[in-house]
Order: sequence, then C-alpha cells, then structure tokens
Amino acid sequence: MFEGWDAVVLARAQFAFTMSFHIVFPAFSIGLASYLAVLEALWLWTGREVFINLFNYWLKIFAVAFGMGVVSGIVMSYQFGTNWSAFSDKTGPVIGPLMAYEVLTAFFLEAGFLGVMLFGLDRVGPRLHFFATLMVAVGTLISAFWILSANSWMQTPTGHAINAEGQFIAVDWFKVIFNPSFPYRLVHMVLAAYLTTALVVGAVGAWHLLRDQHLAGPRVMFSMAMWMATLVAPLQILAGDQHGLNTLEHQPVKIMAMEGHFTSHKHGAPLILFGWPNQAAGRMDYAIEVPKLGSLVLKHSLDAPMAGLDTVPRENWPPVPITFWSFRIMVGMGLLMVGLGLLSLLMRFRGALYNSRLLHLFAVAMAPSGFIAVLAGWITTETGRQPFTVYGLLRTVDSASPLAAPAVASSLIAFIIVYFIVFTAGVIYLLRLMATPPHHGEQGPSSDVPARAAGITPAAGAAAAEGAAR
Amino acid sequence: MIPIDLPTIWAFIIAFAVFVYVVMDGFDLGLGILFPLFPKKADRDVIMNSVAPVWDGNETWLVLGGGGLMAAFPLAYAVLMPALYTPVIVMLLGLVFRGVAFEFRWRTQSARNKWDIAFAGGSLLATLAQGIALGAILQGIHVSGRQYAGGWWDWLTPFSILTGVALVIGYALLGATWLVMKTEGELRDRAYHLSWLLLIAMLCAIGIVSIATPFLNVQYTQRWFTWPNIILTAPVPIAVAGVTVLLLRSLANKYDYQPFFLTLALFALSYAGLGISMYPYIVPQSITIWQAASPENSQLFMLVGVAILIPLILGYTAWAYWVFRGKVNAESGYH
Repeated sequence: MFEGWDAVVLARAQFAFTMSFHIVFPAFSIGLASYLAVLEALWLWTGREVFINLFNYWLKIFAVAFGMGVVSGIVMSYQFGTNWSAFSDKTGPVIGPLMAYEVLTAFFLEAGFLGVMLFGLDRVGPRLHFFATLMVAVGTLISAFWILSANSWMQTPTGHAINAEGQFIAVDWFKVIFNPSFPYRLVHMVLAAYLTTALVVGAVGAWHLLRDQHLAGPRVMFSMAMWMATLVAPLQILAGDQHGLNTLEHQPVKIMAMEGHFTSHKHGAPLILFGWPNQAAGRMDYAIEVPKLGSLVLKHSLDAPMAGLDTVPRENWPPVPITFWSFRIMVGMGLLMVGLGLLSLLMRFRGALYNSRLLHLFAVAMAPSGFIAVLAGWITTETGRQPFTVYGLLRTVDSASPLAAPAVASSLIAFIIVYFIVFTAGVIYLLRLMATPPHHGEQGPSSDVPARAAGITPAAGAAAAEGAAR
Repeated sequence: MIPIDLPTIWAFIIAFAVFVYVVMDGFDLGLGILFPLFPKKADRDVIMNSVAPVWDGNETWLVLGGGGLMAAFPLAYAVLMPALYTPVIVMLLGLVFRGVAFEFRWRTQSARNKWDIAFAGGSLLATLAQGIALGAILQGIHVSGRQYAGGWWDWLTPFSILTGVALVIGYALLGATWLVMKTEGELRDRAYHLSWLLLIAMLCAIGIVSIATPFLNVQYTQRWFTWPNIILTAPVPIAVAGVTVLLLRSLANKYDYQPFFLTLALFALSYAGLGISMYPYIVPQSITIWQAASPENSQLFMLVGVAILIPLILGYTAWAYWVFRGKVNAESGYH
C-alpha cells in the first residue's frame, strides 16, 4: 500500500490537515480569552450579575476549546521534526528561537494561569482571579505574536545568512522578528480572531433571542458581538488591503495566483471576479472580469502595467486554482461580515436589535463564517508561498524528512481517524453548551460535579458579585 | 572535566526541561495508567480533579523540550524525530486522547466511560511511547550526513520495549504516590497498597535497565566502570540505594508527602544516570552536542530569555500548585 505515493505530497497533506484542525481553536480562544477578560472587567466594575453569568457561561466553552487547542498544538510542535526534518535542520537556528520564545512567554503564561482562571475564583478572590484571566488573554496574544513572526519570516525572510552547513542563521534578530510582512499579518490575524469569536458569540446570542427576546444574557452578548462586527469587519477589510499591497511588494507571484493573472497586462490589468484557473494551459477559463480594475485596486492607477505568471518560470508557480479560490472565499466571507455589521447598526438605530428575526437568522447563519474565512485566508497565504517553504530560498521538496510514503501515509490516516473522533465529540459538546442560554446564577466549570454545587451556590456567587461591586 | 560553553549550557537546559516534564506530566500520566484500577466514579472524579488545574502547564514542558531542541540543537531534532517517527506519533495521539478527556468527561453522561477509557488508554500509550523512544535513543541511531539513515522500525527492539515498560511502572508509581499525597480515606489506602507493589516493580526495572544498558555499547561500559570514572559514577547507584531505603521507610510509616518526593528523587537519579551514559552525545554514538548546536547567536539570543523567564515560570507555576494545595475530595470547589 502507498508505495506509489509521493511522500512529500503526503507530508504536505498531513501538515495541512493537522494545521487546519489546530488553527480553528487558537483563532477562537484568542478572541474568547479577550472577551472573557472584558466580561470579568465589566463585572468587577459594574457589579451587574449578567456579566459574571456570561463570564461563567463562556468560560466553560473556553475550557473545552482551549483543551482541544493545546492537544492539537503539541502535535504541531513535533510535526516539524517528524515530517519536515530537513526544514528543521536548515531553519531551526532562525525560527526555532522564535518558537522557543513563544513557549516561554506565551504557552507557560496561558497554562500557568488557566487553572486559576477555570477553577480558582473561590480560592483566590475576584481581583487575583481577574489578573489570572488577563494573563491568559495576554498569553494568547503573545503566542500569536511569535508564531506569526516565525510564519512571516518564512514568507518574507530578512536578517539572515546561510552558513557552511547550509543552515539559515540570524544576522540581525530585529530584522528576523520584524520582517516585512509580519506587522500586516499580525494585525490581520488578531482582527480575524476577534471577528471569529464575535461572530460565534453573536450567533449564540441570536439563537437564544430567536426563542425569547427578553433573555438578559443573550441580549448583552448579542449587542456586544454586533458592535464588534460593525466596527471590526470594515477595519479588517482595510487591514487585508494593506496586507495585500505588502504581499504585492514582497511576494508578487502570490498576488498573481490570488488574482488569477496568468498573462501580463501592459496597460492596466483586469480584476477577475470569478473564473476557472487552468494551471496546465496557463490561462483563465470562463473569466468574469472588470477591465483595468485590478490595476486600480493593486496599483491605484487604471493603466498601471501588471506582470503575470508568464514572467515567472513554471517551476516557481504556486497551485493557482487553490490560491485563487480560497482567496475569493475569504473575501466573500469578509463582505458578508460587513453586511451583518451594517444591518445590525441599522436595526440598532431603529430599536429593533433584539427583535429583528431577519438579523438574528442572518447572525446564526454567520456563526461559522469566521472559521471559514480564517481557514481560507491561511490556505491562500500558505499555498501562495509554494513551491517554497522559505520563500524563494528553500523548496518544499528539499524540506521533507527522509521517510518512505507508507510511514507518512499511515500516520496521516491515524491523525484523520483520531481527529475526527475527538474533534467531532468536542464540537458536539461545545454546541451542547451553547444550546442552553446563560441563566441567573450561571456557574463556571467548577459546577460539574453535583456534590460540589452545595459549596458554591448561586447565593454565594451573588454575594461575591456584591462584594466586588462594593 | 565538562567545559562550560554554550552548547553544554543548552544541553543542561534541554535536559532540565525534559526532566521537569517527566516530573510533572509523569504523575498525571501515571494517574491515567492507574485509572482502570479505580472503577468507582467518585474516585475517578477525585483523581481527575487532583490534576485538572495543572495538567496544561505540565504538558507545556514537553513543548519546550521539543521546541527548545529544534532551536538549540536543530540537527539532533532533525535526526531524532524521523528516527522515532512511530513512537512520537503514537505519543502525540495518546496525548490527544487523554488531554481532551479532562474536559470531555464532564460534558457527557452517556459517553463518560468512553472518555475514561480514552484517558487511561491515551496515558498508557503516551508513556509506553516515551519509554520506547528513550530506549531507541540509547541503543543508537543510524545517521548519514545530516539525516537519519535507518529504517521505519529500527526503534523496536527488546531493549526499547524494556524501557517502555519500565517507564510505565515508574509513572504509575509517581501517580500512586501523588494520590497518597492528594487524597483521603479508602482511595488513599488503595494508593498506598499500589505504591508498595509499584515500588518493587520499579526497583526491578531500574536494575534490569541498568544491567542491560552497558551491554548495548562498549562506550557505556567504559563510562561507568573504568577508573577513574567510577569515582564519579559510583555515587549514583549508592544514592539510589539510600533513597530506596528512605522510600520504603516513608511508605511503612504511611507518610503523606515523602513517598511522592522520594519517588521524584529516584527519577532524578535514574535521569542523572542516563545523562552520564549519553554525555556528550545528543544522538548516542553519532552526534555530539557541539556538532548539533545552533550557531552561537541563536543559542545566546534564547539564553537571555531562558535566564529571565524560567525562574518566572517556575514561580507562577508554583503559585498555581499552591492555590490548589492540600487534599482533594468530593467537595473541593473545582471541576
């Protein structure tokens, strides 16, 4: 079995599969950790019970999502070595320290304070507990900082040299960390995480408002989430545009693939809305395009010349159909998010935020849109970097481990089976938690054992809330 | 003597991270291994709760071990991971199952038993895989150029199975003595009983592995038994004997804390023994720490962070343990 398969293709499939499952959870927990910090701050500040109820409600969901993020993340930290050992040997001196700093400054911070955040409110009191929540939230952001720096260095490598053993070595750490695409990617990804979470929170709120418009918790969370969509979705499109211009400067071939520009245009390139990229023939079939708009978007001039893939050797082409289509899916999701934000703003001004069924149905339908956009965006940027792992310098085929296809295929199958079992169950449990509305006297993860409920009754929670309000 | 240079410092840092991992995740994997012996739901709830607030942090040391190895000794990481391909993948999958069980088992009535099996099975598999990986490293790895040159199944030998079983026994002992420390009543009595059996098994395992290791390679034999090395190596088995006596005494006296910490001492000594066998190789018989080391500026760049952050991490990790100190019972306020 699998003897005729290409080990590198299988290794890529394995990385794509494990990464796609993993990325969903951090994207959600980065946003959710910050949301929890905001909720707890509002509770401490106002003393309103609805905020601690919402905090405890989302904390249980956070615990499940975070656990799945941790276990799928450990897999990633070893995947570099198991399937991409040549890459690890060559780039370890440069991106290894970035990842080590991620562990030291972020993972430990999150894990160290997570236990107190989940189970420690009664043991350490509200103020220290809020500090723990803040540390977890800050940890998720620091983690994004380092891992996106490492990823961005692979996209736009700077500050390095190559030694006698063929390894990349750092010459200037500042240039390595703050490489040209990093600030753009960091902003784009953190906004994406916040949007993704807001859309889930908004959908859960809307779901319960569809049944009962008077529920306090769902009203608060829906309103908060719709403010996020209204404000952040347009901001994200702006950030994405800037990120795109940065990519045009540093990775023009990726932009050619995203835009489907097989041919060069001397007097203004069209914006291809849709079409079927024919990689073998090197042309766009069935293209629906707007003349000269491509140049306007990317060069801010109707007649600016744009080079196409015909100026690039074939062996350096990324897979155009995937890059082209995943980019369109991401942009489409982004436009829908802006639409949701605008509709909610309209309803808010009309006083119909909590009773517009249309808005609530739209918000529920948009629940997965953040995840879809994140995945599509990552597929765009990672596929667009191909056929290189370190853009322009190290080819993917030269990065893989010296493994035979059967080994990689077996582990891929094992990952697929295990992930489907584990993550299907996890998603069911998450949906089950979300299906019941937050209620008066909502308990955190500590309430799971019935015997314990006696120790922390709603009365005790309310007393704590009063204490904090004083 | 040992030169004090960056690769040596980093070898100690990585060894430290792996040891902290063994110390911390050892007992919580051990709890998983012992899980089938505690079929009552109430006992299982207590066992789970005794580690629920800290297990995330415990496993982070494994990420530091892997990530740190890639950063400080990329060549070793690049050779070891493909060589240990199957054990590493099995370990990761085991950790996935047991890790999610911490949360999942509270989220379902009907499938709770299945997640309990996942917790126990995942813990056992992960431990076995770690022990096998250790044995596979000790017995030597084929290297050609800068790459692993062996086969897909090289890791599987009687010796690696022996080390795998030994680690299962060791972690189970850590788990049992942890329960002695953290629980009360009947559960604690059973943990005492298990600690006796497991300690005897662990001493046998240490003995067999210690006898088998020198036969693997003449270099190990020379390291341990030739003059003047023996002056430096002899204290290790002597200390093992001393700790064993103390451990037996603490179990006989039914102390709460001593059995767990003395078991950790036993682990520390076994670990020091491993270090003595391997040094200065990071891939035994083929790659030394100097050959595998990252360039100086990579190691220096990280050393700054390690020097500042590791004490900080140990500090707040200790605080988290302190917050959840004391005996766990069915009325504890978490999970």
